[in-house]
Amino acid sequence: MTKTILAVDDSGSLRQMLSFSLKAAGYGVIEAIDGEDGLNKAKRQTVDLVLTDQNMPGMDGLSLIRALRAMKNYQNVPILMLTTESGDDIKAMGRAAGANGWLVKPFDPARLTEVVKKLIG
Amino acid sequence: MTIDMSQFYQVFFDEADELLAEMEKLLLALDVSAPDSEDLNAIFRAAHSIKGGAATFAFTDITEVTHMLESLLDRIRKGEMGLTPEHVDAFLVAKDVLTMQMDGHHHGSSVDQAAVDSVCQRLKALSQGIVAAAPTTVPNPPAAAAMPEAAAAPVVDADGNCRFRIELPDVPQKDVDALAAELGLLGTIVQETLDDKRAAFILTSGESQDNIVAICSFVLDPDDLKITYDAAPAAASADTVPGTPAEDPGYGIFEPENGSAAAPQVPTAAADAAAVPAGEVKNYGRRATDREGGSQESSSIRVSVEKVDQLINLVGELVITQAMIEQRIAALDPLHHERLLNSAGQLARNTRDLQEAVMSIRMMPMDYVFSRFPRMVRDLAAKLGKKVEFVTRGAATELDKGLIERIVDPLTHLVRNSVDHGVEMPDRRTASGKNETGKLVLSAAHQGGNIVIEVSDDGGGLNRERILDKARQQGLPVSDSMPDSDVWQLIFAPGFSTAEVVTDVSGRGVGMDVVKRNITAMGGTVDIRSIPGTGTTIAISLPLTLAILDGMSVRVGEEIYILPLGYVIESLQPAAVDVKEVAGQGRVVKVREEYLPLIPLHQIFAIDPQFEDPSQGIIVILETEGKKAALLVDSLVGQQQVVVKNLETNFRKVAGISGATILGDGGVSLILDVSALLRSSRQLAADPVFF
Repeated sequence: MTKTILAVDDSGSLRQMLSFSLKAAGYGVIEAIDGEDGLNKAKRQTVDLVLTDQNMPGMDGLSLIRALRAMKNYQNVPILMLTTESGDDIKAMGRAAGANGWLVKPFDPARLTEVVKKLIG
Repeated sequence: MTIDMSQFYQVFFDEADELLAEMEKLLLALDVSAPDSEDLNAIFRAAHSIKGGAATFAFTDITEVTHMLESLLDRIRKGEMGLTPEHVDAFLVAKDVLTMQMDGHHHGSSVDQAAVDSVCQRLKALSQGIVAAAPTTVPNPPAAAAMPEAAAAPVVDADGNCRFRIELPDVPQKDVDALAAELGLLGTIVQETLDDKRAAFILTSGESQDNIVAICSFVLDPDDLKITYDAAPAAASADTVPGTPAEDPGYGIFEPENGSAAAPQVPTAAADAAAVPAGEVKNYGRRATDREGGSQESSSIRVSVEKVDQLINLVGELVITQAMIEQRIAALDPLHHERLLNSAGQLARNTRDLQEAVMSIRMMPMDYVFSRFPRMVRDLAAKLGKKVEFVTRGAATELDKGLIERIVDPLTHLVRNSVDHGVEMPDRRTASGKNETGKLVLSAAHQGGNIVIEVSDDGGGLNRERILDKARQQGLPVSDSMPDSDVWQLIFAPGFSTAEVVTDVSGRGVGMDVVKRNITAMGGTVDIRSIPGTGTTIAISLPLTLAILDGMSVRVGEEIYILPLGYVIESLQPAAVDVKEVAGQGRVVKVREEYLPLIPLHQIFAIDPQFEDPSQGIIVILETEGKKAALLVDSLVGQQQVVVKNLETNFRKVAGISGATILGDGGVSLILDVSALLRSSRQLAADPVFF
């Protein structure tokens, strides 16, 4: 069965990139424009993996991760943080919030699919 | 997997344009002494998003500038650094540079590398806490000589340090060691060995490239050195530039903390979530505007202008067809054909609604034009040492896209003139009892079938005497008794170039004839109102759209002409006593205690009319540019929407005629140019046929 990935990023071009790369690798993709949108879409359908940007207007990535982890059906869903801030503190905060990993923007589409494969096959 | 990234460029460019515009708007509105943290966050986020996108698409030059911008903004929004006007200035310049770079990638336009370097240095200086005194200086020529490739602009990290890559020629090891010792004094160095056994250093230092060259010259000839800016900034080593080999994969998966294989860390996450300080969340607090931006994006589609124009054309044809049907069925007996007539009435309404809806697609808010002026006025006022408060009104007023694009240049010219020549210097204003800050108002409003755009300043006003003097020198026909409004129009005369008249006085004129010509070409008019010592207002009046107009058809003899309804005030049959002959001015007609010049349409087009006597025909009162006149015609035919067909493209320009249209019966009717008719009305008495 096709695995579905929720891609949350406020940048349309990044979303397009994510979506294209992941679809090319055979995944289904749901796009969301910010944390709140992402949370709503996550509620509607339990996805197999969440990819979220950190710095977004409104609800940011960390808040989204926390909100997802508080939901029963998202306790075991892998969550990847996308961030241009490669700083360790952000990674640590992400980890504390419940993220399973991180991916630095800019990313090579191959790296993206590589890390996604490691998490959900 | 390889993906052709270029297919995503357009979205990035559009997005970056929006972000840059947003950034500029926020910067201009920013209160430097007490900046709103939400605004700072939004500006930071804009820089951040552009950087992210640029990095993804490997636009390294853009990444570099945004990176510096982002780090500086980050420190300011976190309160580590105070915001100063110099910051805002530098950010605005950086925004311009980014726009230029973006255009470079998008349209292949040239990029001024000196400006890029200059803004990088300026941002770098600011991040070191130095206020750049003369930011315009172009970086030193010797640096260029030592760096023939000039491949990358300097990357400055948050501490104000640059990474330089210094490749040495083949020199003895002792020289390498000596250099390493010297360079070590400037900052931290990392030594590498190149493939061909030559040595190279990566130097992270706040020193300028000049100083590095100077230090090296103690040991060896600087011409043999190759110094480049290292593209990967030390502070963000994970922002790997594509192409450079990286050991860092750019991602990571957290190992479970307690060793238990793949167990998710849910319990700790919940606990930690509570432990995160509330302030951190507030930092990214909700912004209403951002949400709007997001939803707008998903609820609009981009369509090419050609498609819209095709639609408008088709609707135009539909309007003609509908008018034909209306005319054909008008002769039918309403009793026998009631249902057909009802349906036709409905068709008329629907056609009109459809037409309005289609026309509105082309309509854009004036904000599209207005939004570029705050920045221009700010920069110009600063350059001239003036203080100007800039106010826009009616930015939501809509205008046809074709017109809005053509109004930009004339309007830019007028605004520039107002700041340059209209608003006086602060001391002069204070001396004449005004507020030292001048006020410049740019407004737009609908008025009948027109949009009126006004540029208004509270400066010194136009100088009548100077303009008249200048006009005499130019050999223009003028007299001292000319009304002000005619004197002001003189500045639109071709070649009334102004330099002497204008400087220092409140005259205007540089290229004003071009402004006037552009606006006339759009079917508009320019009007000037000026009061000495109080200010000047230049009003541009434009038709809302050029494609379709509401017309009143009038008959003279056998001919039917169309009058644009926007100019028509009323029509009536005057009493014979109200028509009077005025010596040297032709006939006038008294309408509501007002004497209006009478323009017999048959005389203008040399047609045999049905009635020569106004009290037997009909007069139509027209108004344009604040002047009224009475047009004598035989009878009124009706009122209808007409599709304007350009006469110039199909035939040639005819004075007094602004276009033509196809009537319901398939006949052609000419649309009268009311402004030209009224302007000529004063000369009419002397010369029956004025053109």
